[in-house]
Amino acid sequence: MTCEEFVELVTAYLEGTLSAEDHDAFDEHLALCPGCDRYLEQFRATIDLLGELPEESLSSPGRERLLDAFAHWRRTSDPDAT
Amino acid sequence: MGGTLEAPERSDDAALVTRLRAGDEETFAALVDAWSSWMLRLAREHVPSASVAEEVVQETWLAVLEGLDRFRGEASLRTWVYRILVNQAKQRGIRERRTVPFASLAPEDDGPTVDPARFRGAGDPYPGGWRQFPEEWPEQVALTREVREVVTVALTELPTRQRIVVALRDLDGHTADEVCDLLDISAGNQRVLLHRGRAVVRTHLERYFAGTPSRSEVSDDV
Repeated sequence: MTCEEFVELVTAYLEGTLSAEDHDAFDEHLALCPGCDRYLEQFRATIDLLGELPEESLSSPGRERLLDAFAHWRRTSDPDAT
Repeated sequence: MGGTLEAPERSDDAALVTRLRAGDEETFAALVDAWSSWMLRLAREHVPSASVAEEVVQETWLAVLEGLDRFRGEASLRTWVYRILVNQAKQRGIRERRTVPFASLAPEDDGPTVDPARFRGAGDPYPGGWRQFPEEWPEQVALTREVREVVTVALTELPTRQRIVVALRDLDGHTADEVCDLLDISAGNQRVLLHRGRAVVRTHLERYFAGTPSRSEVSDDV
């Protein structure tokens, strides 16, 4: 496995979808190549940073409106309430 | 904000739906909090502004409540909600003259994710090996305001399909199977889009760190 091939397999490696043979070749290359070791680390760091981005959320009034709508929906759809 | 409501498995869906039908407000609030992030991101792909995306998410939840009695559990609850969301967002996008149907988006180029010039050529004794190893990054990469900006810009500039997959996987923590199910793409396709998107974000970070003086050189200009 060359470095050029290695960098294209990183996600498949992390997902655990490489064949046993490719997985072993990947590990073998990783153990011998500081450049690819660094690439993999940076790829992992990238994934971690992506995961730390703030979540999107509804505005508080928007969220409140939804919860109100839910309460209303329950009252109007409940057959016992009529 | 936002929740860590566990990804509901198919068997948990029935329990969730039962609780929603019974009017359990806590369950509804937890779902809204846990799912709004990915719903807003996806809606945003179809409509021109964050505020319209918020309206789409609102309309989606209302449509979900309205249709809840028709939910038969053939798809997971999440997939069902996703489909309602995409329909709402598309309709809204058409009205706003902006639609990006996932399946019809042009496939991205399928070239290498790392510049081939970084590797030794065929005539070299080590073809395909790094000419120069990637530069080292700071020991602990923290999500400072600047780094967050770099990552956010990188995401914005990704081709739509890559951005959607990276957002669902790495920002919102969906599993590969869930993303394949939601977007109706193959496992291989999902992996390629994810890998390409991540590689582009890494390249943006690499450029940023290469242009940033190391900590010791930074004067304390607060």
